[in-house]
Amino acid sequence: MSTATSGASPAAAARQDAQRPYAGGESGSTGGVDAPGGEQRSAARSRKPATMAQALNRALHDALAEDPDVLVLGEDVGTLGGVFRVTDGLAAQFGAERCADTPLAEAGILGTAVGMAMYGMRPVVEMQFDAFAYPAFEQLVSHVARMRNRTRGALPMPITVRVPYGGGIGGVEHHSDSSEAYYMATPGLHVVTPATVEDAYGLLRESIASDDPVIFLEPKRLYWGRSADWSPERPAPVPGIGRAAVRRSGTSATLITYGPSVPVCLAAAEAAREDGLELEVVDLRSLVPFDEETVTASVRRTGRAVVVHESAGFAGPGAELAARVSERCFHYLEAPVLRVAGFDIPYPPPMLERHHLPDVERVLDAVARLQWESDWVPEDGTVGGGSTVGVAGRGRGGAR
Amino acid sequence: MTVIEQAGAYRPAPPPAWRPLCDPAPLLPEEEPHRLLGTGAELDEGLLVRLYEQVVLGRRFNEQATALTKQGRLAVYPSSAGQEAAQVGAALALGERDWLFPSYRDTLAAVARGLDPVAVLSLLRGDWHSGYDPKAARVAPLCTPLATQLPHAVGLAHAARLKGDDVVALAMVGDGGTSEGDFHEALNFASVWRAPVVFLVQNNGFAISVPLAKQSAAPSLAHKAVGYGLRGRLVDGNDAPAVLEVLTESVERAREGGGPTLVEAVTYRLEAHTNADDATRYRSGSEVSAWREHDPLALLERELGARGLLDGAGARVAADAEEAAERMASGLRERMREEPELDPAALFDHVFADGTAQLREQSAQLRAELAAAAEDGGTGDGSAEPLKDGGAREREGA
Repeated sequence: MSTATSGASPAAAARQDAQRPYAGGESGSTGGVDAPGGEQRSAARSRKPATMAQALNRALHDALAEDPDVLVLGEDVGTLGGVFRVTDGLAAQFGAERCADTPLAEAGILGTAVGMAMYGMRPVVEMQFDAFAYPAFEQLVSHVARMRNRTRGALPMPITVRVPYGGGIGGVEHHSDSSEAYYMATPGLHVVTPATVEDAYGLLRESIASDDPVIFLEPKRLYWGRSADWSPERPAPVPGIGRAAVRRSGTSATLITYGPSVPVCLAAAEAAREDGLELEVVDLRSLVPFDEETVTASVRRTGRAVVVHESAGFAGPGAELAARVSERCFHYLEAPVLRVAGFDIPYPPPMLERHHLPDVERVLDAVARLQWESDWVPEDGTVGGGSTVGVAGRGRGGAR
Repeated sequence: MTVIEQAGAYRPAPPPAWRPLCDPAPLLPEEEPHRLLGTGAELDEGLLVRLYEQVVLGRRFNEQATALTKQGRLAVYPSSAGQEAAQVGAALALGERDWLFPSYRDTLAAVARGLDPVAVLSLLRGDWHSGYDPKAARVAPLCTPLATQLPHAVGLAHAARLKGDDVVALAMVGDGGTSEGDFHEALNFASVWRAPVVFLVQNNGFAISVPLAKQSAAPSLAHKAVGYGLRGRLVDGNDAPAVLEVLTESVERAREGGGPTLVEAVTYRLEAHTNADDATRYRSGSEVSAWREHDPLALLERELGARGLLDGAGARVAADAEEAAERMASGLRERMREEPELDPAALFDHVFADGTAQLREQSAQLRAELAAAAEDGGTGDGSAEPLKDGGAREREGA
C-alpha cells in the first residue's frame, strides 16, 4: 500500500476549511497530510488550541506510559510518526518495539496483533488509510471478532484498530472511504468514532482500555480541528464506549450523525435556526454498541429524524439506524426517517468529491422534506399523504 | 564523444544503497528429505519405542474419529491418517510453556500434546467452536481458515520475547496453505522480527483434490524460506525420529535467539480430505498403495522389528501399544456417545466482555422462546431437529 499518494492539495485544504470542523474556534491546518507533525510543534510554542491529531497522540502516549502491555503497531508509525503524525514522538520516547514500524502488510499487522493479544498484550494497530485496511479483513472477521466467543472468554482480544477514514481531504483513490458499515455488520466488534478533540482523547483511551476489539475510526478531515476546551495538560475522561452525546438541543427534528458529519449537522442546525427550526444534533460516538436510549429519547421528543453520514446510503449505517428509530418511535414520528448519505458510488476523485459528500444544503433539504405542512402531498400528487400527517402530534410541540 | 567514452568518467558500480541482507546458502534446505529410519543411524531405542506407541495411538485415534463421523457423533472429521509422525513430532518437540498453533487437521497433535480428545473434537462435533482453554493448554484453537493462524503464532512468540519469556511457538500448515497470503506475511514478519517460531508445513500431497504441482512451482516448499531470509529444512514427514529431530533442533534454535525455521515434512494423506470427500476422483489407487508402503507406522514397525524391539523375547511393545490405543478408543467412543451439554443462552455470553443492550434484548428473546418451547413439551435444549438432519451433520465443514 502506498504511503505517499495522499498529499492534500491547497484546494482540498480550502474545502476542508469550508467544512468548519466542529471542535475548534480556528479551522484546521492548511497543510497537507504531511504537515501536522511540524504544526504540532509550532502549536506547542504558540499555545494554539490542541488539534484532534494531538489529542490522539496524547491518548496513545498516556496509554503507553500507564500500561506496559500496550504497544503500537503499523506502517510508518515509528520514525516518521505516522502519515498523519498521530504517533509522532512515541517511538523516540517508548522505543522501537513499543511503537513499531512493521512490514507493509495489513493482514500481517493485525494477525500478529491477535497473537500478541493471546499473550496478554494490548496492541493498538494503525491502518494507514481506510481502504488499506481491507487486506486485514479476514483476520478481523474470522479471528479478532470471534476469538473471545470461540474460546468462551479464555482469549479476549483487547485490540484497538485505528483507521483514518472518510473523505474531504482531497485524497486520491483509496484514501477517502467510509468503511464503517462493514465493521458494524461484523458481530464481535465495537465501532467507535470521535467528532471532537475531547472525544478523540477520551474515546481512544476507553478503546485501548477495553477488553474487546474496537475499530476506532478517525475522521481524517477533523484531524486538524481544534478545541480551546482541551489541552494535553487536562485530558478529560469520557463516559464509556456506547454513549451518544447530544451536541445541540432542539425541538423540531433530530439529526442523527457521527464522526466527520457532526460539524456538517451542527452547521445545518445553525442555518435552520434562521428558518425558525431548532434541530437537535445527536453525535453517536459509538456505532456499536448503539446508544438506542439517547436516540430514541431524542426522536420521541422531536418527532422527526434525519440520519446523516458520508458512507453509501444503500445498506449503510443509516439503514440500520432508520429501521431502529422506526421500530422504537413509530407512534411518535410525524414523518418517515430520512437519510442523507454518500451516493451509492465508488468514492469520487478529489475534484468531484464535494458533489458526493453530504453538506449543509443537503441536510437542510432533507429537513425540509420532513412533512412540516399538514396539507403536504407528494409532488406528483399520486398519494393523498396529507390526511394522516399532523394527527399523531404527541411527540413534540411546535410543528408548523 | 559520449559520456561513457570519456576516460575515467564512468565506473560500473552497484546501486549505491544495495547490499545483500544475508547469505542465502545457510538457509537452503536439504537436497533430499532428511531420514533416520532404515539408514542405520544411531537411534535412542527408548525414544523409538515411545514414538511407536504414540504413532499407534494416533492411528487408532484417527480411525476412531472417522468411525464416530459415520455414526453421526462428529459433524466432520479431517483425518491425519498417514501423517501421524508429523503430528506426534510437533507435539513432542515442544516444551511445557511453548505454544502449538494447529489447523483443523491437527487434532492429533493437540491430543499428543496432552489435551482431552473430547475437548479437542468439540469443533468437529459442533457443540462449540473450541472445547479447551487455549491458555491453560498452550494450544491455540484449531484454525479453519487456512494459514490465518500463522501470524498469530508470530505475534505470540514476539510478544513472549518482548516480555522476556523464552517461549517458542510452533505453527502447523499444509501444502495448500502455503499459497495463502497469510503464509507469506507470517514468514516475513517472523524473519524480520527474528521471532521464536517454527513453521511446520505438512506437505501431504493434496489440498482437498488439488495436487502440489498445481499449488506451487517452487523447488520444494522448504525453499520458500530462503526468500524471507529464514532457514528451510526438508524432512521425511513419515519418519518419526527424523521429524522429531528436525523440529526439536528448530525449536531450540528459536528459543536461543537463532530465529525462525520453516520445516517441510513430506508426507501423504492416506484418507480422503474428510468423510465427505471422494478421493478416487483425483488420485489413483496405486499412488495410495505406494504411500502405504511408506506409512509412518510401517516404517517404525520395520525399524523396531529389525532391532528386535517389538514382540518376542519377553518384549510386549506392540501388544502393549495396541492395548493402550484400544483403551483410548473405547474411552473416546463411550464419552462421545453421551449427548454434549448444550446451553443456547450461552450463545450471547462471550460475544463481548459485557453484553450490549441489543444483545441482552436478543438473549431475552431466545430465553423466552426456550421457555415457551419447554412449556409446550419441547426439549428446550435447543437441539432443534432440522439442524441435526439437514445442517451440521451434512455440511462439508473444514
